[in-house]
Amino acid sequence: MLDGGNRKRLSRRELLRRAGLLGLVVPVASGLLAACAREEATPTAAPSAASPTAAPAATPTTVAAQTPAAAASPTVTVGPAAGEIVIGVLATLEGAFALFGDEGVRGVEMAIAEFGGEIGGKKLRIVKESTDATPQVAREKARKLIEQARVDLIVGPLSGDEGLAIRDYAKTVPDKTFVNGTSAAQDTTLRDPAPNFFRFSTDGVQWMAGLGTYCYQEKGYRRVATLGEDYSYPYSQVAGFLLEFCRLGGEVAAQFWVPIGTRDYSSVIGSMPTDIDAIYVILGGSDAVNFLQAYADFGGQAALIGGSSTIDQNVLEAKGNIRQRVIGIPGAGPVAADNPDPAWQAWVKAYKEQFPQGLTTPSLFAWGYYVNAKGLLLGLREVNGDLSDGQKKLQAALAKVEFDGPTGHIKLDKNRQAIANNYVTEVAEGPDGNLYNKLVKVVEGVNQTLGLPEEQYLALGSFTRDNPKCEDIHRAFGS
Amino acid sequence: MTWTQFITVTLNGLTLAALYFLVAVGFTLIFGLMRVVNLAHGSLYLFGGYVGWAAAERSGNWILGAVTAAAVAAVTGLALQQALLRPIQGQDLREALVTIGVSIVAADLMLAQWGGFTYGFSPPRSISGGARLPVLDIGYPKYRLFLLAFAVFVGLALWLLLTRTRLGITIRAAIDDRDMVSAVGINVQRLFALMFAFGAGLAGLAGVIGGSAFSIASGEDARYLLASLIVVIIGGMGSLPGTAVASLLVALVEQYSLALFPTYAAIVSFLLMVVVLALRPQGLFGRPA
Repeated sequence: MLDGGNRKRLSRRELLRRAGLLGLVVPVASGLLAACAREEATPTAAPSAASPTAAPAATPTTVAAQTPAAAASPTVTVGPAAGEIVIGVLATLEGAFALFGDEGVRGVEMAIAEFGGEIGGKKLRIVKESTDATPQVAREKARKLIEQARVDLIVGPLSGDEGLAIRDYAKTVPDKTFVNGTSAAQDTTLRDPAPNFFRFSTDGVQWMAGLGTYCYQEKGYRRVATLGEDYSYPYSQVAGFLLEFCRLGGEVAAQFWVPIGTRDYSSVIGSMPTDIDAIYVILGGSDAVNFLQAYADFGGQAALIGGSSTIDQNVLEAKGNIRQRVIGIPGAGPVAADNPDPAWQAWVKAYKEQFPQGLTTPSLFAWGYYVNAKGLLLGLREVNGDLSDGQKKLQAALAKVEFDGPTGHIKLDKNRQAIANNYVTEVAEGPDGNLYNKLVKVVEGVNQTLGLPEEQYLALGSFTRDNPKCEDIHRAFGS
Repeated sequence: MTWTQFITVTLNGLTLAALYFLVAVGFTLIFGLMRVVNLAHGSLYLFGGYVGWAAAERSGNWILGAVTAAAVAAVTGLALQQALLRPIQGQDLREALVTIGVSIVAADLMLAQWGGFTYGFSPPRSISGGARLPVLDIGYPKYRLFLLAFAVFVGLALWLLLTRTRLGITIRAAIDDRDMVSAVGINVQRLFALMFAFGAGLAGLAGVIGGSAFSIASGEDARYLLASLIVVIIGGMGSLPGTAVASLLVALVEQYSLALFPTYAAIVSFLLMVVVLALRPQGLFGRPA
């Protein structure tokens, strides 16, 4: 049912990655074995296998982990053949974010199909690499794509911290060009951007445009708590929400940051203050499902407000009975399922035709990878597929690309970051019984500072788990 | 932290411990008897969860789903042991490597079959919804109380099995000295197969039981393998009471830290492991090497 022809190869690469993990697990496990197996354990064997500092034991495992990678490189193939352009795609194709990654790849495939699979007489070929949403692996896989698979261009990555890592990596290979996937940490392009990293998708702060206002004015929420995973993208999302909500006079009672992949939210829910109107929740994938289920089980009273991935289509289509718990949750993001815009409708139709087994409506991950790949291909067409001269021509052309995507007009700012529309939504049940994000309001042409003066905005500093606070926002922009 | 909050968090810890116990007990029994570190244990958990979900969805019966999950996981575990592990029996490193290999292949196969969706269960009405706890007057989900009761039941049943039955005596004897047990004419191979199937079946059952408390999704296999590893390292490999105590410790520590300082919750259970390894490398209830 998966559309990846490269799955087999991926799993082998995956194996190489896990071989590294194995280097870690095996000493632990064998240390245990040695410790427990009474008759074999000579006093010297057990400590040397168990302690990572013991050089003789550690060296063979590291070598074992690296050798297969080196041995495999000749078979991994491949620089570009004459007359083709190879595009590397970084996405999370396994683990908790696997579904997001699949959606991302679909987005790229749609864009390539739109261009008939070739530009300037050169065939477009994609090479997929799976990441696991951590910056280290994203960087390692990007390097692998460039150094071993010899790709010309990279689309990706998917998650916030990965984006920051890829931006930094991009600076070290200025003659390759990177376009984003859906990674949405704001600083990737706002602070210290890379000249060869382009983001045609909006970021986590932009995705919140309109939501704070809607929650304050229409929903009447005055006091909220926030709950998010502890990394760069949720920081951006919470900041984006607070930037509007606090200026109107909203208050934050408490903020909770949990490790990514937290399964059991019962104790976090138990610690929520009781004098709040709503909880702003930004969790992704199964984290969101686990939270929603626990919140209902524990009879949570406060209303919920969804971050862009909390109420993404991926979560809404989780199998089982979360449906009753999510209907009516307001949220915001770069896509709205029932957007009446004909361009959106046509795009959804194309998605369904190309991927009959896909979601009922494409998710924001399909959208993000699509608009980024589309921006890239438009730039490529502009230079007629010419990648010579360290891709300088392509990069110059990309900075000027503007187009009307499925969600309206997209253009780049001086940091090569998209300015685009954003949508305030509410989860609703469709006539066919499927859940979707119903369009409430369109916010047009959202830029990276949400229209606030850039100088003061930058002075707020990078968004972290403690920044911004409502007081900082009041001080910078008044109420 | 208020009083009711404290009670709730403690209950959360107890119920999470119940789940950890259910997953880890099969792992530790297999190790205790066969000295096999079954690194595919998490895969059996996830596989049981998926199969149980499919069975429950098709039949509309959650209990049938749980039973199916246990049965299918047990058969899978038996096949794994007979086909792959038996030929290399006694070679610790190879066994660990083979089971890691199986877990990687299984993760991709399951991803291909069930996709990256998150699957939630609908347990029977009698054990879902909220309950009002007497005396304490705190609302708490019934399912989690069921989870706790179930784990206590499984733990007691296993304890009785191991201490009060002939089979249990044989198993304990084999844990202590399998050569001698084999020498007195007991078919150790059959015992191994039985135990492996039993441990795998428990993992599969836990897939449904735990999946109903939280959810089932790609990636859960690695999480529960890690949880089992931590629990058995702390408790001592092969020890039933050790597993129970370590489950309690790990889960309570995890829940208190989630309530008090959620940001650092991820590292606290590892800290616990480090402390135990430093002070008592064989685990709390493990025997010294």
